[in-house]
Amino acid sequence: MDKQRYERPLIKKLESNMPNKFGTRTEYLPKTHIDDVAVTELADKYGSPLFVLSEKTLRSNIRNAKKAFETRYPKVQFAWSYKTNYNDAVCRVLHQEGSWAEVVSGFEYDKALNNGVEGSKILFNGPDKTDDDLKKAITNESIIHIDHLDEFYAIKEIAGNLNKDVNVAIRVNMDTGVYPMWDRFGFNFENGQAWDVLNRIMRSDIMTLVGLHTHIGTFMLSPNAYAVAAGKLAELAIGIKEKFDHEVSYIDMGGGFASNNTLKGAYLPGTDISPSINDFAEAITSALISSNFEHDKLPLLILETGRALVDDAGYLIGSVLSNKRLSDGRRSTILDVGVNILFTSFWYDHKITPAQPFTQYTEDTVLYGPLCMNIDIIRDHISLPLLNKGDKVVIHNVGAYNMTQWMQFITLRPKIVLIDIEGNTHIIREDEKLQNLLDVEKVPDHLKDFEL
Amino acid sequence: MNINKNIAVSDSGFVFNSTTGESFSVNPIGVEIIEMLKQEKTIEEINQNIAERYNADLVTIDKDVSDFIDLLKQYSLIENQDAA
Amino acid sequence: MRPKIKIAVTGLNAIDNPGPGVAVIRGLLEAESFEASIIGLAYESLEPGIYMHNLVDKTYQIPYPSAGTDLLLERIEYINGIENLDVIIPNFDAELYSFIKLETRLKELGIHTFLPTLEQFEERLKINLPEFGEKYDINVPKSEAIYSVVDFRKIQDKYDWPVVVKGKYYDAGIAYNYEQVTTYFNKISAKWGLPIIIQEFSHGTEYNVTGVGDGNGNTISAVPMRKQYITDIGKAWGGIAITDEKLIELTHHFIRETKWRGGFELELMKNKDGSFYLLEINPRIPAWVYLAVGVGQNIPEIIVNLAMGINVEPIKEFKAGKMFIRYSWEMIVDLEEFEKISTTGEL
Repeated sequence: MDKQRYERPLIKKLESNMPNKFGTRTEYLPKTHIDDVAVTELADKYGSPLFVLSEKTLRSNIRNAKKAFETRYPKVQFAWSYKTNYNDAVCRVLHQEGSWAEVVSGFEYDKALNNGVEGSKILFNGPDKTDDDLKKAITNESIIHIDHLDEFYAIKEIAGNLNKDVNVAIRVNMDTGVYPMWDRFGFNFENGQAWDVLNRIMRSDIMTLVGLHTHIGTFMLSPNAYAVAAGKLAELAIGIKEKFDHEVSYIDMGGGFASNNTLKGAYLPGTDISPSINDFAEAITSALISSNFEHDKLPLLILETGRALVDDAGYLIGSVLSNKRLSDGRRSTILDVGVNILFTSFWYDHKITPAQPFTQYTEDTVLYGPLCMNIDIIRDHISLPLLNKGDKVVIHNVGAYNMTQWMQFITLRPKIVLIDIEGNTHIIREDEKLQNLLDVEKVPDHLKDFEL
Repeated sequence: MNINKNIAVSDSGFVFNSTTGESFSVNPIGVEIIEMLKQEKTIEEINQNIAERYNADLVTIDKDVSDFIDLLKQYSLIENQDAA
Repeated sequence: MRPKIKIAVTGLNAIDNPGPGVAVIRGLLEAESFEASIIGLAYESLEPGIYMHNLVDKTYQIPYPSAGTDLLLERIEYINGIENLDVIIPNFDAELYSFIKLETRLKELGIHTFLPTLEQFEERLKINLPEFGEKYDINVPKSEAIYSVVDFRKIQDKYDWPVVVKGKYYDAGIAYNYEQVTTYFNKISAKWGLPIIIQEFSHGTEYNVTGVGDGNGNTISAVPMRKQYITDIGKAWGGIAITDEKLIELTHHFIRETKWRGGFELELMKNKDGSFYLLEINPRIPAWVYLAVGVGQNIPEIIVNLAMGINVEPIKEFKAGKMFIRYSWEMIVDLEEFEKISTTGEL
């Protein structure tokens, strides 16, 4: 006789509530397969926890994004934001789709070079570029986006010593009506800082101003802010043309488009309120087209979109370690996924679904990670079906930042697997081993021996 | 250990305590356990019964059933006669 | 013979802070142009309308908007499969965004709505009120958004005490000094997030208007009301229909300028020199809508007809000298009914 599927007994008090504004979110539709590969099979074969990336989703996202912009604007170039996910396989998918590289450190710069991106197609952003980084970037003819005046002087000196011309852009910060205003990076538009550095660049023989760059914020939910920013950069470009008779060849609108994740405290889920890539494309391109550029002289539009391209291509599979009841009667479930590998759970209410079918019975649950640390909370409130020990869950929209911001803390980091277009799985990063750590740690001689 | 006499359990899993006026929703396996408690089965018998019919091991079942019974006590649905 | 129309209605919580659903249903059942049968849509099992079988044929529970539009649509598809709905009238602020987003997909199911556009819905948000006033030339109290209490120091000089400290969506407090601003700021932002809106305090008498715009700038209905008695939580329990020409003209102006589509409620303040200030626009039918029905402007009926694509001539007249008095009474309900809605989500 076949036994019935076991579900733990559940009793829920029927609360006599009136409709409140914050209803419970139920997410009990199971996610049994990722791109037709069974979640349980993936976990059996590669272990749990496990990051899974869908090449299909990633390619379709970048193609959609390109289409959204290219149908609205004549010249468009995407540059892959390395910090969002610099796993080589991910980067190469995007380079295959025509994206340049956008890097913010010497480490990321070397990674892009190592991936085979030619120097002139690497945009070098960020406040931290060492003299060696700058030397390398100038020699490779990369484009340097200047962040501050100290960097301007450093570039001038290094390029002078190398006796080599250098292509630069400046990062501009501005008021786009969005809070908080990101004024720590680049030069301010409203108070004249931007013009000040532009004047210096234009007076320099060794620097050529090729572009203007901005990056107005992160997880932006307002396409209109991008329209304001594009308008201001256009105004600046036209001012440069008038003053110096010099045309910048591109405007770089940075990144920051929201993904489908739900920010903590938001009432409606991200899938409902995050603008689509078309909304952002419409705002940016109409602002540029309706600005005072002559129509045959519209600059190249560069986009450094990261999160919106990779977030929903990433999944994290985890397993239930234990169920327990807290002192106040709430149910808690411990997963093998901690905040050390799911950094984004600090600011998102990640969508989490079981990997196997369930009944309609659900229970309000706190989801904890496995770390012996009080901060290790994956969801402080979620309504989930009755999970048994060993059951698998799928955490959605984890492709951005988690695989770069993750920490080796208490445990070792898990594998990353890519599912290709044909449905084959590839390990694109091995799980960490104790030896990886021993390789970089050194024990002084006098600490080698001890007796207990 | 006895289910309180004033407790009505319907097939849909609706549990009503006419002494306190509180109502609860119970899933099918929970209803089965309450029925078995009414028949004055011991916890061991209940565990055994469930293990025979459902695909779970006794350890899991034992843990879940005792958690469930704790909740029944907390909600005053069980009169605790013995110290067990 | 009058056509039969099946209409689903939310907001069945006719409690001390009432949802408009039950009043809307009463209007629909009194409609002369069609014969309505009513499907209730409820979030919680104790919403009184669920148990009013003389008004509601059957009620289904639906998921909260926070579950996302996909789950909501799935549930409506299920309900529609049984009931074959013609129209849905959503009555909660918090659910409107989802229903507006679903408008075309509902239409594909043969379900009609008559709601404001997403642009209209967002334009009238509290945080956008100053721009709204400027764009459409409507008096609004001075207000601005702040992100920290320190921000208030920078704008303090522009305001006289007291000031109103408001949440992004809900909640407000009247502050008479900086310390109280701080208290309300912390309390409200903890619940509703940032920003907090600082608004000048308007003295005067409060008025409300409910009505319908056809989406082309025409006023199909407009009924002004003055609250006569207000409960502890600020809800009218008595109100009188009034014929203030200025209020009607202001409503026409609002609809003409915004091309408002659907039902609405304007909250206004009349100051000492007789001018009106617009405090808030609710993008839905208010709970006191039965007063409008009672004076001859059946707003729920109008909305159903507009949703069904039927031309409705503007109604300009209403019977003056009518008031509403709200009351509460107890229904006796069999526990089986509560059990049914609680366990199956249908009754």
